[in-house]
Amino acid sequence: MAGAEAEKTVVDAENLDSSFLRKVIKHPGGEQILVCFQCGVCSSSCPLRLINPEYNPRKIVKKTILGMKDQVLSSDFVWFCADCNACTERCPQGVNPSEVMKAIKNVAVEEGIVPAAIKKIVENLEKHGRVYPLEEFTQEEREMLDLPELEPDVKIFKIDRKKLLGEHA
Amino acid sequence: MSEREFALFLGCTIPVRCLGYEVATRRVAEELGIKLVDLSFSCCGYPLKNVDVIAAKSMATANLALAESKNLNILTICSACAGTLTEASVNRENPVGEQVKKELGKQGLTFKGLVWVKHFVRYLYEDYGVDKIREHVKNPLKNLRVAIHYGCHYLRPSEIYDEFDDPEHPKSAKEIIEALGATVVNYRGQLDCCGGGTLTFDQKLGAILAKKKLDNVKKANVDALVLFCPFCSIMYDGHQRFIEEQFGCEPYNIPVLFLPQIMGLAFGIDPKELGFEYNKVDVQPLLDKIGVKW
Repeated sequence: MAGAEAEKTVVDAENLDSSFLRKVIKHPGGEQILVCFQCGVCSSSCPLRLINPEYNPRKIVKKTILGMKDQVLSSDFVWFCADCNACTERCPQGVNPSEVMKAIKNVAVEEGIVPAAIKKIVENLEKHGRVYPLEEFTQEEREMLDLPELEPDVKIFKIDRKKLLGEHA
Repeated sequence: MSEREFALFLGCTIPVRCLGYEVATRRVAEELGIKLVDLSFSCCGYPLKNVDVIAAKSMATANLALAESKNLNILTICSACAGTLTEASVNRENPVGEQVKKELGKQGLTFKGLVWVKHFVRYLYEDYGVDKIREHVKNPLKNLRVAIHYGCHYLRPSEIYDEFDDPEHPKSAKEIIEALGATVVNYRGQLDCCGGGTLTFDQKLGAILAKKKLDNVKKANVDALVLFCPFCSIMYDGHQRFIEEQFGCEPYNIPVLFLPQIMGLAFGIDPKELGFEYNKVDVQPLLDKIGVKW
């Protein structure tokens, strides 16, 4: 995580990566980042920022625009976004910061940064079409409650874990 | 398609972790003459947004295609599913929609856009009607004070929801609960997130968010917190004891009810048929107050 030390660092022009912004705006939702005028409504609406002032969507957007790829991707903050959309609802520019966070996460995954929890979810989706496998005891419990039996493995849309996560699958 | 027949979209969490919600919803729908049909839906695709937004939207659209093949509109009781499926159903005519079409085509699927998706509560408010709900009330909840937690994805982003409710000053659930005879109490931070979305990565962070709301609801001196999303329930009901232990605070003792559970009580349905055995926080004081035996 980018700690206090990294926060103190001024923009280091030597270490900017302009390809980072290009990658982010290629993902659906990421392109809106270009019209951000840094008003900070996102940060003042963000419930996580109230808990930890270091979590700051406005800064993540600015760092992304500047190409501070290492700082953005080495921090856990984009993964903490609760996707509550409070920022999206209030953004005067229609940036949709929740979607920007997803675009950044999609780039992170392409760069091989995949949290273990995400790997597990994708694995379950590939195998079962569900986030939680339907264990036998759940089926029995459902039966006791007179709830309909559910198909344990649903394959209406096939997920290819290797294609989604690459060599990090 | 018949007017009150829908495909029920449960999502991943409810049929495994929120069985009480499913039980109460089915029972209340039956009472209201709403027929719910079960199809072999998969995950709505929401968690894939973290990995690949196109894959997420494609998975959502595949579910819509399944309902369309059965000529059924979809009602869902999970707010995250409602958001993901609604977004996929309304945002089809753009470059992303074209990419989704291509992904579906690879698996031999098409979605024409002939069916719609709504959260069950939105449907009750927007289509079924509050007055019609009132007609089913046999046991008005006259002396109950209730706080509502709308949750995030039920209201936001409002642009996908056709402005059925005001995202900053919502009233849909309030009107339904008032029709049941209960008093809805305002409290600080009503629209704040439950923190469920952070749980995958940081349990502590989610707990801090949930605690803030429980503190505010406690101050409002209510008999119950009512909600309609599985994750919000996990945070406020499932984690209420954990939060007390984690932060060393006094027991909150705030019963957390799914909206269909409180509707069922007002309709005079036996609480045994409303899934209360799955509520983590004791609901007995609330039942005593309205004179219902369990």
